[in-house]
Amino acid sequence: MPNADAILSPALDVLRVREDFPILSRSVHARKGKPGKPLVYLDSGASAQKPRQVIQAMTRFLEEDYSNIHRGVHFLSQTATDQFEAVRIKVARFINAPSDRCIVFTRSSTEAINLVAASYGRTFLNEGDEVILSIMEHHANIVPWQLLQAEKKIVIKVVPCDDDGVLDLDAYRDLLSDRTKLVAITHCSNVLGTVTPAKTIAALAHERGVPVLFDGSQAVVHGPVDVQDIDADFYVFTAHKLYGPTGLGVLYGKYDLLKRMPPYQGGGDMIESVSFAGTTFKPPPSRFEAGTPPITEVIGLGAAIDYIESLGREAIAAHEHDLLQYATQQLSQVSGLRIIGTAPGKGPIISFALDGVHPHDVGTIVDQYGVAVRVGRHCAEPLAERFEVGPTVRASFGLYNTRAEADALVESLLAVKEFFGA
Amino acid sequence: MMDDLRELYQEVILDHGKNPRNFRHPDDSNRQAKGENPMCGDRFMVYLTVKDGVIEDVAFQGRGCAISTASASMMTELVRGKTAAEAETLFATFHDLCTKDDDEQGDHGPVDEDSREKLMVMSGVRQFPVRVKCATLAWHAMNAALHGQDSASSDQF
Ligand SMILES: Cc1ncc(COP(=O)(O)O)c(C=O)c1O
Repeated sequence: MPNADAILSPALDVLRVREDFPILSRSVHARKGKPGKPLVYLDSGASAQKPRQVIQAMTRFLEEDYSNIHRGVHFLSQTATDQFEAVRIKVARFINAPSDRCIVFTRSSTEAINLVAASYGRTFLNEGDEVILSIMEHHANIVPWQLLQAEKKIVIKVVPCDDDGVLDLDAYRDLLSDRTKLVAITHCSNVLGTVTPAKTIAALAHERGVPVLFDGSQAVVHGPVDVQDIDADFYVFTAHKLYGPTGLGVLYGKYDLLKRMPPYQGGGDMIESVSFAGTTFKPPPSRFEAGTPPITEVIGLGAAIDYIESLGREAIAAHEHDLLQYATQQLSQVSGLRIIGTAPGKGPIISFALDGVHPHDVGTIVDQYGVAVRVGRHCAEPLAERFEVGPTVRASFGLYNTRAEADALVESLLAVKEFFGA
Repeated sequence: MMDDLRELYQEVILDHGKNPRNFRHPDDSNRQAKGENPMCGDRFMVYLTVKDGVIEDVAFQGRGCAISTASASMMTELVRGKTAAEAETLFATFHDLCTKDDDEQGDHGPVDEDSREKLMVMSGVRQFPVRVKCATLAWHAMNAALHGQDSASSDQF
């Protein structure tokens, strides 16, 4: 990596940061007698790599403090419970939630949304009630509502976007009505990178007393999020995209809402007392955390948040913004390349199509150059239809990426074009 | 490494990918099946005209990557004029070529030298396991059509 990176992007000492991520120093496709290519990881939007700090925190916890939580009187159970609950407080602070009682640990963003659809949706939504989604939702924020639609005969309305990928706020305003009972919209599109105006979306819904859920899976990674400032009613994200472990998601909910919601799953840890005459449930967040949670993963998320805060969220955002601008500029010089998603203020996610070459072929060829990108429809098929592109190639940048890696992507794309004579 | 790429994207494949043969919907086709790869959205329709157990015409339409398009195109050239049994032999032989090491490939019946050579062209895909589904998509659809089914999904390959 050229040292120019350190100078050109002063926000973050990215070359030093890279040393925290053991996997980034590996090569790929090494063969007998032939060295491989250095890994150029541009798929953080699918899942981010983990810094040593996270890996070590999880290892240390397993080696020294592990036990089940909330159930034992013994020393380790207390130690583990304390550390687990300390992360809840940390997560609350991370998104400026008013209290750790508003933070529910789930398996993923997907489960967090399913929780709201099943618990809030089944309880408070009835036939003919409307849920507003947007065209740029990940399937995780479409299918749970369709399941509810099948069960409760609710109606799903979809906010469109313009050709740049900007959410159509006028259309949103028009869709809001007395029938609207919930709005569920992404805070940052995993395909277009579009950051939606969350505060405005929430304010407009609140004028009608309608609660809003934001899918923050991508947004929380790329900049500070303040759920109170947005006035989000629900906000979800997933640890593995935030440099933390898999198997763990977060649901933030306003306490008043959570309190009125019935359990999502039944089991241990979520009950006050169980008898065959009737069972009473604990208050939130425990009510929604049936069974043994992913304890070690929660410890890992705590370490990931510490790590991100040690670098500074503004610094990360500035670095990623620089990468986005640089990469966009370099990619725009590749003839026949069309970027899908050009909204102002977007996150560091670049989806594109290359004239005459199918994304699958692009993915296979750039992979041989060590460049890891995502190809396909990125779990957002309605959006692919909207832009009439079918599958695309997606390069997504994280805090550890460099301008040199953007260059490597462009070089590998030029090789693709040469290959196909495109 | 780049040799593997050259092996996968041979000139013949690039040519068939760009200018697919038998890319049409024959009026008199009497069997058809859709081949779909939900992961990437590739989708082909394969049309067969089968008379007295012989594939008199075969064609396809749809959209996919270079590998799946080329493979579909070459498939149409290979199975035309073959009996259903011969087409199945070709399919099974091809499937092994794409997925198994040389010493593990079974004997699925006689395949003439010329056809085997053509099948071999696609077998570079073996070095790229995630692309095997692309290479076999239209073949699965052809096989489904032969058996009177209307679709084949790569989820089931
Ligand atoms: C915007 C968005 N929402 C939801 C998800 C689902 O995350 P998970 O698979 O961790 O539940 C993703 C990630 O794939 C995403 O990008």
